[in-house]
Amino acid sequence: MATLHTVNKSPFANQSLLSCLAHAKDGDTVLMIEDGVYGAGKGTGLAEAMTAMASRVALVALQPDLNARGLVADRILDGVKTVDYAGFVELAASHDRTQAWL
Amino acid sequence: MEDDVKKFLYVNRKAPYGTIYALESLEVVLIGAAFDQDVSLAFLDDGVFQLTKSQDTADIGVKNFSPTFRALGDYEVTKLYVEKESLEERGLTADDLQEIVWEDEDDDYEEKPSIRIVSRAEMADVMADQDVILSF
Repeated sequence: MATLHTVNKSPFANQSLLSCLAHAKDGDTVLMIEDGVYGAGKGTGLAEAMTAMASRVALVALQPDLNARGLVADRILDGVKTVDYAGFVELAASHDRTQAWL
Repeated sequence: MEDDVKKFLYVNRKAPYGTIYALESLEVVLIGAAFDQDVSLAFLDDGVFQLTKSQDTADIGVKNFSPTFRALGDYEVTKLYVEKESLEERGLTADDLQEIVWEDEDDDYEEKPSIRIVSRAEMADVMADQDVILSF
């Protein structure tokens, strides 16, 4: 009964990622896409909150969106997995519902 | 005539690909460069992400316009102010930004850095020193 949450806005521009993390249940997946992938960056003001969440929800970022923004592997927070577009589809299929945090 | 030269500041506060603002700003800067004004660019908040290295948009189907910033020197746009606090809040340092230079024709075409890292207070002073401010 897990939910796939998608976040597509920069966490430095609005509160969507923080609100998503505050509402996600244990075992859910939070997928960062588009400008949402900035939430996966290392050394940010959010890194601590993100790392704390990684033990109870799966944190995932979309690889093509990371690439576009120059977020290369060594700039990404430990504990964040990446998927390609096919992986996005698999996540959507393997969860009971998808909730978009716009 | 020197009296006709105004100080223009383009303020960039958005990340590069999630919205069209960043690309549109760069287009307007390039068009405006034809008018021989005193142009500066400011990068603060998520705008600092526009200047990061290693951008590769091949898999998202949009143009990677980040290399265009390196051409601004040829249009006599040589002042790119980047706010230090905005970088720090996003886990970035000056080393994460592209190297952008301009050739100083009054100094034997020496290459000089275009990016100027400034504090939030200094950025406020830059803004207060302008005649025209265009926001993106």
